[in-house]
Amino acid sequence: MEQFQELLSTNPFLLLSYLIGSITFIMGLKMLSHPETARKGNMIAAVGMTLSIFTTIFLYKNHNGEGLHNYVWIFAALVIGTVVGTMAAKKVQMTSMPEMVSLFNGMGGACAMLISLIEYNSDLQPAAGKLIIIVLGMIIGTVSFAGSMVAWGKLNGRIKDRTIPGGQVINFAIFGAVIFLSAMVVGGYTGNHAVFYAILGFAALYGILFVMPIGGADMPVVISLLNSFTGVAAAFGGFLYNNPVMLTGGILVGSAGTILTILMCKAMNRSLMNVLIGSFGAKPGAAGPGGNKEQGNAKEISLNDTAVLMAYAQKVMIIPGYGLAVAQAQHTCHELEKVLTERGVEVSYGIHPVAGRMPGHMNVLLAEADVPYEKLLEMEDANDQMGGVNVVMILGANDVVNPAAKDDPSSPIYGMPILEVEKADHVIVNKRSMKPGYAGIENELFFRPKTSMLFGDAKKVLQDLVSELKNV
Amino acid sequence: MIEQMLAFFNSNYHLITIVILSIFLGIEVISRVPAVLHTPLMSGANAIHGVVIIGAIIVMGEAHEGDILSLVLGFLAVVLGTLNVVGGFVVTDRMLEMFGKKKKK
Repeated sequence: MEQFQELLSTNPFLLLSYLIGSITFIMGLKMLSHPETARKGNMIAAVGMTLSIFTTIFLYKNHNGEGLHNYVWIFAALVIGTVVGTMAAKKVQMTSMPEMVSLFNGMGGACAMLISLIEYNSDLQPAAGKLIIIVLGMIIGTVSFAGSMVAWGKLNGRIKDRTIPGGQVINFAIFGAVIFLSAMVVGGYTGNHAVFYAILGFAALYGILFVMPIGGADMPVVISLLNSFTGVAAAFGGFLYNNPVMLTGGILVGSAGTILTILMCKAMNRSLMNVLIGSFGAKPGAAGPGGNKEQGNAKEISLNDTAVLMAYAQKVMIIPGYGLAVAQAQHTCHELEKVLTERGVEVSYGIHPVAGRMPGHMNVLLAEADVPYEKLLEMEDANDQMGGVNVVMILGANDVVNPAAKDDPSSPIYGMPILEVEKADHVIVNKRSMKPGYAGIENELFFRPKTSMLFGDAKKVLQDLVSELKNV
Repeated sequence: MIEQMLAFFNSNYHLITIVILSIFLGIEVISRVPAVLHTPLMSGANAIHGVVIIGAIIVMGEAHEGDILSLVLGFLAVVLGTLNVVGGFVVTDRMLEMFGKKKKK
């Protein structure tokens, strides 16, 4: 109970501000889960955070009753972080939002890691309880940091997908080493600082190897998971300093983040385990049951023919996917829509809820390109209207239009609702190559009689299509 | 070892209660979010765990003048924590701004 006493003896205004901070976090998360209140919720949490930060700086006193010093350092760091953070967040393209979130998440993890590092170095004779907290906070913070950096690198294309043979076994061994060494340090069997740094090294390695084999399209799920890791790391900081706002903030994110991760997987009709070890399924040879079926030849269509087909259509539906985001083609896509509309063609967009493998990704992307809201059809509406559509243009989407989800019970995505593009008269698929989608499953749609393939980078193809259309 | 853990439980009883309740609260608060908001919500939660910065500020503020290593690491920790908080909230706001714009039209 002595720590409880210690908490009571701190400045009541500080505690009050922490209470307000915790409440704003809860309200913020609650409001973030409703479309109308989401933006306000984010603001409220930001206000609570700012309040908690400044009251800590000015009102915090340690158990000897001393306040904080080094104000110059603190404020310099705050200013640098604020300026760089704001600039980075304002400048980032809408298409690269997930990698930005991953980067910021990594910063939080690194922050937790550094706190543990300093605490370990400055307290020579820590109690076992405190040591556990320091070590666990360090491990989780480091895994989150290293993993987030890899996720960031993979999303912006700097790091390629790589599967190490026996990767799961190596990971398991590293995880074991982390646990073993931690037990040695916490149990007091060794006071050697080198062991502590070895734990840090192994944890970093684990974070890297854990994220490395996961496919780029699954990254949002991984980021969400690492996000909740950082939350837990922050909560360990709360234990370390008896700090209620760090505790509530961290644990809230930890549990909400975990649920969110599971919800994201559900929206893709997959399990978390499937995402985390799914890299096995994506390897050639294990391309799913559809892979060994004899597929016909896919039919190609020229740009010119596509332009003619679209120009004389009455209704065109555009179905965007991850490929559109990768090619940053949302503005060009809007241009195509305008050119077609000028010719009297009715254009709409069919938005699958998990198109782009990041829920809501396409809505944000197309909203950025000023595509009118009423042109964006949700999946049910899109499917209802599909029958009257002459040309469906699929831009870099794959699994969300794969008929195997309806017809093939042995397919990994069986049961996932899809956009039923085959109800339209013509289906044109723009892809960079015949490579299967993230799930590594062949898409039979590409070989169906109604389907024509238009290969190339989405942005380039759309630009050419727009200029072709002007000549038709 | 077991005695130590019991002692730890004893002295941290109220914190452990907060943890357990917060876990349930986190699950409850989030469980009915529409898929469209998954990404902004993830980003907002990302900003909230930036609360770890408070630990960094305490470490930094308690470091001794002569302890260069702690000062440098603490400084770095505050910078990174601020990046997490500020960047996180600003990015989330930008994402949600798009939704707002979309709604008005």
